[in-house]
Amino acid sequence: MTDTLTPVLTANWGDERAWTLPAYAATGGYDALDVALGMAPEDVQTMVKDSGLRGRGGAGFPTGVKWGFLPPPDPENPKPRYLVVNADESEPGTCKDIPLMMASPHTLVEGVIISSYAIRAERAFIYVRGEVLHVVRRLRAAVREAYEAGHLGTNIHGSGYDLELVVHAGAGAYICGEETALLDSLEGRRGQPRLRPPFPAVAGLYASPTVINNAESIASVPAIVKNGADWFAGMGTEKSAGVGIFSLSGHVKRPGQYEAPLGITLRTLIDLAGGIREGHELKFWTPGGSSTPLFTQEHLDVTLDFEGVAAAGSMLGTRALQIFDDSVCVVRAVLRWTEFYKHESCGKCTPCREGTWWLVQVLERLEKGQGSPEDLDLLLDQCDNILGRSFCALGDGATSPITSSIQYFRDEYLAHLEQGGCPFDAKKSTAWAEAVQ
Amino acid sequence: MSLAPETFDELREIAARYPQARSGLLPMLHLVQSVEGRVTPEGIQACADVLGLTPAEVSGVATFYTMYKRHPVGTHHVGVCTNTLCAVMGGDEIFACLREKLEVGNDETTADGSITLEHIECNAACDYAPVVMVNWEFFDNQTPESASQLVDDLREGREVVASRGARITSWREAERVLAGFEDGLVDEGPAAGSASRVGLELARERGWAAPGDAHGSSDLPEELPEAVEVADTRRAESETIAEEASDD
Repeated sequence: MTDTLTPVLTANWGDERAWTLPAYAATGGYDALDVALGMAPEDVQTMVKDSGLRGRGGAGFPTGVKWGFLPPPDPENPKPRYLVVNADESEPGTCKDIPLMMASPHTLVEGVIISSYAIRAERAFIYVRGEVLHVVRRLRAAVREAYEAGHLGTNIHGSGYDLELVVHAGAGAYICGEETALLDSLEGRRGQPRLRPPFPAVAGLYASPTVINNAESIASVPAIVKNGADWFAGMGTEKSAGVGIFSLSGHVKRPGQYEAPLGITLRTLIDLAGGIREGHELKFWTPGGSSTPLFTQEHLDVTLDFEGVAAAGSMLGTRALQIFDDSVCVVRAVLRWTEFYKHESCGKCTPCREGTWWLVQVLERLEKGQGSPEDLDLLLDQCDNILGRSFCALGDGATSPITSSIQYFRDEYLAHLEQGGCPFDAKKSTAWAEAVQ
Repeated sequence: MSLAPETFDELREIAARYPQARSGLLPMLHLVQSVEGRVTPEGIQACADVLGLTPAEVSGVATFYTMYKRHPVGTHHVGVCTNTLCAVMGGDEIFACLREKLEVGNDETTADGSITLEHIECNAACDYAPVVMVNWEFFDNQTPESASQLVDDLREGREVVASRGARITSWREAERVLAGFEDGLVDEGPAAGSASRVGLELARERGWAAPGDAHGSSDLPEELPEAVEVADTRRAESETIAEEASDD
């Protein structure tokens, strides 16, 4: 049986100067690169496919399969191939890639080199959100060190393989986490999603074949190459293989990063985190960020893998477990998320641009206790006009907290109307609030 | 006033990092902010000249992204996360406190030009909520009191060091780093904060590891066999507990 917690990506985060090349090399860093360069690129692809690694950015698409969508090189019309790492971590509650890149940027850089080799890309980009200065510093320095050591550049480790890697800082736009919006942004444009098809594998960056993977996905590749596909597939569940970082935040005693096989439950994780804040009970939580429908106490034993969470009516997403106890007003929480989606809607499509605006209008009056019970139906109707009708997943995600909160907490919305305002005291939810006796 | 020739050189240097020059536009706008203190019409013109775009095209990009400011930003940019998790954990109270203390509204700058205050969206540090960012450096687990002290220190010019990051320089210098120019502060600050390591430390304490991984139990120092023994015992104990639990 696999252990409850299985640090792989997080294993060196406590090491002295873990972000430097010497520290990373001391733990066997860049050994996997030699292993990969000794294999045919196709075999590395097969290995990642066989490991069962699925996208860690939320969608859970098998990484190796995604790589396989690149069209075979066309000698008549040779186009460069690109690897783009999505390190634009911005989904509310998600906080795994940022500490990974701060503590061990070389894990990601090594993953980029191996993955680029596997897909025969000669250029790669790490698109990191701009609002994390120290992470940008650490990534840039790691890339510089990797060039100096011959892990990047021409004829890497004498293999004849060349790769250029650029760290690119964004400028504050949640939508750029959507892979085609990210590509537009990386091309120096407004970050708005593109119509698909063509998919990025066929026409991505500069209309060339492009693979876009989440930072944690790519960072998982060196360990897979080093330890083998079976090693990775042997952890987690049958369809959700391997380990992942689970990020606990909010009202638990020890919030933080817990790396575990997929399929762990929130009950176990909360136990590891020392339990819910003293004197309180779990009220609601997000399994994978604010765009994934809320869960409640009744979902404590849902297995946190792609299948288990989907069967229970939500999505595993980014394993961003935001924990809210009974002091928190769900209407306030949902209103704030909705304001976020309104602010971040890129404006390209009408359902999302207008819809998120209207959602905020209705939620605001409900939160103030000034609406009517019919407003709940209005909200659901608005969600129905956004979900599946928006250009990208941002609009879909905006409806998740609303529909799920009405499903589980309809009475709490109504209580706002009955009392003419919010029945909760926000002061009791803060990190410095006194424990309830 | 047009930008200095050295700035034009750096703008070209940024554009040259990419297979297609226009990809450099976002970092170029960061550089404009570091030089000009905001995205100025001159800065937009400069980017347009370097990339062969119209100022309208550059403007269209600059106005899309929240980090680009068209009004002058103070010496320091203070961002308070008020997305749901941080708001609930006290971010709303911190933001209200700073607004009152600094006598500014959202995205406004103090009369002395020292601080621009803004409420920001989730900054990927939820396990350290409530979070405040200064020039995009992390200040973890803030309270109204600590945030208030923080802005006092910034205004008085005292040395301020991020919770997970470097000593604070200025917003403009931060923008230069985002444009792709290193500032030599990479080795300041820890690898990871305590919340980032909490799962790792718990695993070490209980002897848990990924099977056969180089970082896991198998790489315990060989010269300390007793350590291995202790770890193995712990692991055996924890497995026994797990088995007992699963029998229930």
